[in-house]
Amino acid sequence: MSDDLINIKVNQKEIQVDKNLTVMQACEIAGEEIPRFCYHDKLSIAGNCRMCLVEIEKAPKLVSSCTMPLMEGMSIITNSEKVNAGRKGVMEFLLINHPLDCPICDQGGECDLQDQAMYYGFDKSRYKENKRAVDNKNMGPLVNTIMTRCIHCTRCVRFATEVAGVPELGMLGRGENAEITTYLEQSITSELSGNVIDLCPVGALTSKPYQFKARPWELKRTDSIDIFDSVGSNIRVDSRAEEILRVTPRTNEYINEEWISDKVRFNYDGYYQQRIDTPYIKENQKLSISNWEESLKVLKDKLKTLKPLALIGEHVDLETGYAIKKFMSNYGKDNVECRTDNHAILESLDSYRFNTPLNDIENSDLIILLGTNPKIETPIINHKIFKAYNNDSKVFNIGENISLNYKTEYLGESLSSLNNENLIKALKKSTNPLIIIGSAFLNKIKNIKTLKSIFSYADKYKVITKEKNNLNFLIPYASRVGQLIIGNTTNKLCEPFSNLKKDNFELVLSFGSEHIANEQFNNCFKVYFGHHGDDGAMGSDIVLPTPLYTEKNGTFVNIEGRPQEAKKCHNPIGSAKEEWSILKKLSDELSFDFIPNTFEQLRSELFDKHPILSDYHEIIAVENSTSITPDIEFEDCKAEYPISNFYMSDVISKNSVTMAKCVEEITSTPSLLEKSA
Amino acid sequence: MSGNHPGLSNNFSRSGEKFSWSKDNLRSIKNIISKYPKGREQSAVMPLLYLAQEQNNNWISIECIETIAETLNMPKIRVTEVASFYSMYNTRPVGENLVQICRTSPCWLRGSNKITKTICKETKCEINDTSDDNKFTVVEVECLGACSNGPMIQINNDFYEDLDEESTKKIIDNIKEGKPNVIGSQKGRRSSENA
Repeated sequence: MSDDLINIKVNQKEIQVDKNLTVMQACEIAGEEIPRFCYHDKLSIAGNCRMCLVEIEKAPKLVSSCTMPLMEGMSIITNSEKVNAGRKGVMEFLLINHPLDCPICDQGGECDLQDQAMYYGFDKSRYKENKRAVDNKNMGPLVNTIMTRCIHCTRCVRFATEVAGVPELGMLGRGENAEITTYLEQSITSELSGNVIDLCPVGALTSKPYQFKARPWELKRTDSIDIFDSVGSNIRVDSRAEEILRVTPRTNEYINEEWISDKVRFNYDGYYQQRIDTPYIKENQKLSISNWEESLKVLKDKLKTLKPLALIGEHVDLETGYAIKKFMSNYGKDNVECRTDNHAILESLDSYRFNTPLNDIENSDLIILLGTNPKIETPIINHKIFKAYNNDSKVFNIGENISLNYKTEYLGESLSSLNNENLIKALKKSTNPLIIIGSAFLNKIKNIKTLKSIFSYADKYKVITKEKNNLNFLIPYASRVGQLIIGNTTNKLCEPFSNLKKDNFELVLSFGSEHIANEQFNNCFKVYFGHHGDDGAMGSDIVLPTPLYTEKNGTFVNIEGRPQEAKKCHNPIGSAKEEWSILKKLSDELSFDFIPNTFEQLRSELFDKHPILSDYHEIIAVENSTSITPDIEFEDCKAEYPISNFYMSDVISKNSVTMAKCVEEITSTPSLLEKSA
Repeated sequence: MSGNHPGLSNNFSRSGEKFSWSKDNLRSIKNIISKYPKGREQSAVMPLLYLAQEQNNNWISIECIETIAETLNMPKIRVTEVASFYSMYNTRPVGENLVQICRTSPCWLRGSNKITKTICKETKCEINDTSDDNKFTVVEVECLGACSNGPMIQINNDFYEDLDEESTKKIIDNIKEGKPNVIGSQKGRRSSENA
């Protein structure tokens, strides 16, 4: 028997468990379900709801199992009369001031209190006194509050402080006067604030946009992936008929744990605004409504004579990318580009992905942020850095002096600040250093030597060793890593996209990339495949409607190189057609070789060509690259951050009313942290 | 007690004036903080709230909270939580003399109701209210710990014990006229010796 295991009994059943667990965790291992409100395994233990009472032999009174450490030989009883009576008593007290408004409560049907009251509640109240009523509090445009329903579990307070890293929520007063509120009722300034809605065990904190929209049992649940940043958070899309009504997280301990960013949670109203629902053709400098037959005929004629270039936008799935590559191969090589933001890369996968597994970030003891603002680019990664920070990791920042929800040491604005004396000293002491280099620099680097120097630097200071590679590249776009893996780029040697010789191309096919509006394509014939009317669509000669990620199946590779599937939730809006089927049709008419007849065939062909992509949910394994130069030399480039406004980073969010409200109410009031700093 | 009690309300307000520590207080703060281990300076929040209340005419304004949060380098909501939890931190302005009448059983048995009535009549203000001339704020509180000398009241930092209607009126009158009062028992008892 190992030292860490002890023998205990749960309901007379003998088990061996880790001695560092609590009584509640041990009961769960033994298969006994313990009711709880305040306990949450991602948050610190509060022990204030008292719902998890159990009996421990030789203890005179019932104990709250979530706070109780285990002891050798402990005998726990979870199903006795005494336990039941204790829990019933707690429930009666909880229900004293809880309103009986379940029929009009958004939590109804998925409410912890409702469920547990089924087991431990009384059918009538013995309470004759006045009930208390609490004023609702403002928490911003996303979280709706009905504070009379609050049972003071303080999960939201602990979440804001420990996970989101914005200590803005608190419990004021005491006893009957206790109230949960934000400081002076200001909006929560976190990018993860929506998660308090899932955490709230009752209907006190609910979603404002989803208010009175639906009951949980009416909704169709579709598993999908967050494509609004590159983390690839697992989400569940809830829809009724042909409309998405809400987005909630799915637990994935390797990626997003139980959290998702406010952007993917709340921007779904933007899915249905400004949609391109039918093909358009430009006539007399104006886009006018057309149909598939006509628009494809015009496009086919152009494709017969003009040499095309394909641009890939930030929301394009792998299968579409593969179909594009296949179609474009009929016109030669190097004519598909996803690095439309001038993203500098090298040949190997480890030069454009996040090489540290996301759940290892917290183990780092020194983090260097190089031209990246994780708080608004990838809130989930920011949370992991915050975890590391709470484990006493030092965070250095190079680029702009951005404000984050933890302290950073600012070193300077150029890459050469990597040679800062303090940093070198700290690096030498550090046992597990980590570098995150973001688009702000990657989009500016012109010289391949700089990129190689970063690798050499990482090698020199043990950021890259034989066992691990902690040199990370953070690009905020969901499509990028996958598209680069299947080779949808014109150049893999650091050559920026803007150097592309425009004379070589006369026709540009843009798949959701607004860069089609760039000046360099002014004389080209432009075709835009997209779902939202944006600048890219406005300036094009032909606009073809395609489905959104929720309207088709697709694979996305997240920033650490983990392929995941986003499933179709409902049919495309209007006459939108999937990209691959458009390309298939064009191929047939141009008598190109394009075999797949169905999406499944396309996908299996993709997996045949790139077997590493077929292993869903696993990180693609790679050898550490040897891109090392003997002398370290950084070019001088100024950081330019790709996203300046978290709530308005892409065409879908820009069309969302909820996101517009967030900009108005949250970003326009300077953050509490900024003010106090 | 109702939510109107200045110490038990969760609604804080601004005074409109900047709050910065007086020189004396800055010295005391240094002393107070030095009592706690490094990294645990936030433990000094309660004594600092007390100092702030003393300096700020006996109440805690939002400005006080913000200054304390800055001094101790802690989130403002955490300071607010502590200030709202304890009834002895007043969350709204009070009169020059905060009259706290004990109404717990021993004082009540000895006639605290009459004392309350007298005080309300003499100060011309209701329970939990401040008089028009801003001289008095009257509140009812639970046991102040001088049970053997009840009924008793506390005015600012002083106890007045063994009260009856007459002696209570006298105390209030003296305050109004700016005359000194005898602190402690009004019957000449020393502490709680046998009467």
